[in-house]
Amino acid sequence: MALTREQLAQRVAQEFQDGYYINLGIGIPTLAANYVPAGIEVMLQSENGLLGMGPFPREDEVDPDLINAGKQTVTMARGASIFSSADSFAMIRGGHVDLTVLGAFEVDCQGNIASYMIPGKLIKGMGGAMDLVAGADNIIVTMTHASKHGESKLLSECTLPLTGKGCIKRVLTDLALLDIENGKFILRERAPGVSVEEIASLTAGALVIPEHVPEMSVQ
Amino acid sequence: MSGFDKVVGSYEEAMAGLEDNMTVIAGGFGLCGIPENLIKEIRRRGTRGLTVVSNNCGTDKYGLGILLVDKQIRKMVASYVGENALFEAQMMSGELEVELTPQGTLAEKMRAGGAGIPAFFTATGYGTPVGEGKEVREFNGRHYILEEAIQGDFSIAKAWKADRYGNLVFRKTARNFNPMAVTAGKIAVVEVEEIVEVGALDPDEIHLPGIYVQRLIQGTFEKHIEQRTVRSA
Repeated sequence: MALTREQLAQRVAQEFQDGYYINLGIGIPTLAANYVPAGIEVMLQSENGLLGMGPFPREDEVDPDLINAGKQTVTMARGASIFSSADSFAMIRGGHVDLTVLGAFEVDCQGNIASYMIPGKLIKGMGGAMDLVAGADNIIVTMTHASKHGESKLLSECTLPLTGKGCIKRVLTDLALLDIENGKFILRERAPGVSVEEIASLTAGALVIPEHVPEMSVQ
Repeated sequence: MSGFDKVVGSYEEAMAGLEDNMTVIAGGFGLCGIPENLIKEIRRRGTRGLTVVSNNCGTDKYGLGILLVDKQIRKMVASYVGENALFEAQMMSGELEVELTPQGTLAEKMRAGGAGIPAFFTATGYGTPVGEGKEVREFNGRHYILEEAIQGDFSIAKAWKADRYGNLVFRKTARNFNPMAVTAGKIAVVEVEEIVEVGALDPDEIHLPGIYVQRLIQGTFEKHIEQRTVRSA
């Protein structure tokens, strides 16, 4: 079975390590904050200028001066700090954020990512995504492995305009966890009940299949 | 009155001198920390042909979005322009020129503009449509593109508190682009919730010194929320 949104979030959170500063993109990445493994502390960076993002506020805590990068009202965690957008992207571009998780339309086996624009459709903008993929060393892209029509989104070369070039090393889809090394996808894990053959048939870019591909451990 | 006193008496006075075809840099992220009354004053003045530099362009009803109603904006420089039907319509019809700029690059363009740095190299956007036509340099085996600083004829910003000299304190994530926007404007106009007497702010707690501020005004704010998200008690 393909992973649900919650299971994708769970698997993302397994990458969290104690003491990590993490930037989570809008959507599934944000959900991962609900699955921080017991016994570790992480601090969430919101690129509009908050390090140490807390949960959504209770009704009486709502503050229009305190939002996240998705423009949602949030709270601050203990030990939080506030800074300007220039400082925020200095920490992102400067490589100080330990892990970045964001979504994409397409990824290719050269590590390229396309996530912000579909020509001919409405263009809303890249927000902070280009800075995040250019600045971070440790990035996980979360996405569906193929379109509803069964067309692979893991390509030999992205067809859409790029968000970043040669910057992606790890992709988590609803079917598999893959690394990108030397121009190839490496199949690391498969979703529970999903066969290697199914993953291979839905991966358009070059794919290396190790002898043993374990199932992910998700609830 | 001290020569350092930046307080002006009215919003009309605050935006005096803004003319058609000028460039205005605005602070704010979404509707958070936007100079909402200064934007309303630009609407009232009917200034046209503006180039507006801001992370977003408000919504249909609030923020910079209200300048679209009478087509006062000719060009928008922003990182994200969703959630605004009027914006989409004017962009699609070609009436509104849009220069999409990565959020961190936009912040740095403003910072550089205020800091006397004409341009800077960044890896952001290399190999993407943003990098097309821009100078590329390699440093330590990585590619970087040359991005130019931005300066405005005016900048408009919102802070929480100020003293009469224009020393500013921001509040929570309403800080966002505001400090850099202020520094990048030839005439920087800041509206705040409270103006205190000089000496009432601890110098260690001032986020942006008044040297960058030309005009200061106290206003009242609606502070609309775009995505009100709460958890149950």
